[in-house]
Amino acid sequence: MKQFGGKVLFLDRANINTDEIIPAKYLTEITKQALQPHLLEDLNLPGFDPHRDIAGKRVIITRENFGCGSSREHAAWALEVNDITTVIASGFARIFKQNMFNCGMLAIELSPMVVDRLFSRYSSIGATIAVDLPSSVLTVTAPGMTLETIPFSLTPFEAALVNAGGWVEYADAMY
Amino acid sequence: MERTIAQKIFDEHIIDEPFPGTYVLRLDAVFCHEITTPIAINDLVTRGKDRAFDPSKIKAVIDHVSPAKDSQSALQGKILRDWARRHNIKDFFDIGRNGVCHALFPEQGFVRPGMVIIMGDSHTCTYGAFGAFGAGVGTTDLEVGILKGVCAFQRPRTYRVIVNGTLPAGVFAKDLILHIISRIGVNGATNMVIEFIGPCIKSLSMESRMTLCNMAIEAGATCGICEPDEETVRYLWPLIQHEYGSPETALKQFRHLASDPGAAYEQNLEVDTSLLEPLVTVGYKPDTVKTVREMEGTPVDQVYIGSCTNGRIEDLRIVAQVLRGNKVHERVRAIVVPATPQIFRQALDEGIIATCIDAGCCVTNPTCGACLGMSNGVLAEGEVCVATTNRNFYGRMGKGGMVHLASPATAAATALAGCITNSPLYTGGRS
Repeated sequence: MKQFGGKVLFLDRANINTDEIIPAKYLTEITKQALQPHLLEDLNLPGFDPHRDIAGKRVIITRENFGCGSSREHAAWALEVNDITTVIASGFARIFKQNMFNCGMLAIELSPMVVDRLFSRYSSIGATIAVDLPSSVLTVTAPGMTLETIPFSLTPFEAALVNAGGWVEYADAMY
Repeated sequence: MERTIAQKIFDEHIIDEPFPGTYVLRLDAVFCHEITTPIAINDLVTRGKDRAFDPSKIKAVIDHVSPAKDSQSALQGKILRDWARRHNIKDFFDIGRNGVCHALFPEQGFVRPGMVIIMGDSHTCTYGAFGAFGAGVGTTDLEVGILKGVCAFQRPRTYRVIVNGTLPAGVFAKDLILHIISRIGVNGATNMVIEFIGPCIKSLSMESRMTLCNMAIEAGATCGICEPDEETVRYLWPLIQHEYGSPETALKQFRHLASDPGAAYEQNLEVDTSLLEPLVTVGYKPDTVKTVREMEGTPVDQVYIGSCTNGRIEDLRIVAQVLRGNKVHERVRAIVVPATPQIFRQALDEGIIATCIDAGCCVTNPTCGACLGMSNGVLAEGEVCVATTNRNFYGRMGKGGMVHLASPATAAATALAGCITNSPLYTGGRS
């Protein structure tokens, strides 16, 4: 199983598509590692600088419909090779979300209200999130703030994929 | 229990329900292209599982970057080509026979009513035009599909879109789907199937239904779907006649798939086409549209006509109708990309290609190319393109470029005028 949790990258926009997460010109790469320098390279978000902002981050918090558009799993891989294995959003596009779990990574959906609060409390000061999978709880810590816990839920299938390390492992054992 | 078409197809393919609400489906076909398949192939090789569940059910094409533009894209093609040979995949379409996957595979008769099909491509939702469940998936789902012939889905809930009336002159399926997406929103149908139904849908050709279903993903949907009818059988007949005694027999069999009258829908939307007019997208989201009238006069640098949305013969006929006897504006680069060799050949025979060339268009071989900013017409920063494609995302056709999605008629008229404008086929709602 992968490691989850760590410092948070806040992306305050809805509908971030997979072209923005990894532009098509890099889809001719045939290794996942080659995607590493290009994560979020074309993100249309004022003030965002991928080279400055991505380093050291392990979790993304963002708004609704994250990962919409192209089915390219390169979007999930580009996150994976940057050690970002958890994305928390108020909503995901279906294919992206499935791709994350198929790779044994986490796409956690929280209500827009909770995501709003996370942005307003932490996006300016930065935060660290710990993921407790067995009890389905996120713990948020930030400088000068009291520790906050947030429950989340995965479907049994999503949890099984994370535990198995991905869909290939799971399907190969089952079918 | 009364069921929708999607639920019926689903029920016929379930082989396991590992968890409540999660269903593993048997796949009738797995389609592959050279962008999303090579990493799956390499992973299978690395795992020592370089196998294909049924080579006759796997179809593969090199379409996204064709001819190869550099050594990396050449390598992707080579990986797919070698794999297809190794596994004796007969339906492999290499250069000279290749075309944009979602135009090519239906044309070959690989998409049939009632099928479940996956491909590592989000526009696999196109196949719903035939009353099939076609879903775009990532490379891992594709890999498992290739190895095991299965894929997992949640039970589909259905968003029913009832389209009444007929399309006014000069208004096309592209305008209709842009209107529908603008009403549903880019994620309004997430985890749902959009069922297109009503008199207007029945009046549409298969090409137009493909245009419609192709963009279901832009509203978040897993698949667009239409019930198979006489038009479906008419399109498929040359490809299926050896399997059915008569068109009536085929139709009778396909009709069982139609949604039951009392089937439950998650959401409903009713569209009256009488007031519909040609539309273009504005900005970077496909659900944000304006009428061509409102955008009239916006200068453009490039017009791109092609793709799995609008690169079929019906589209090219409309383009030729608008272009005939006219010249592309001197400031505009017009690129026309017939989606398959068969379409290209037909367009040649009908004089469409000559019309395009005489008008000053660049006509290229079938490929996905510029639609996703790969090759064949990528934009420079600050440039504006009217395209018959399906995504206007920021950077989609080239970093810093602006894409306005439109119908082939609007695109052709825009190429002539040098700025966004309505085609003469649109008569302002007057017949």
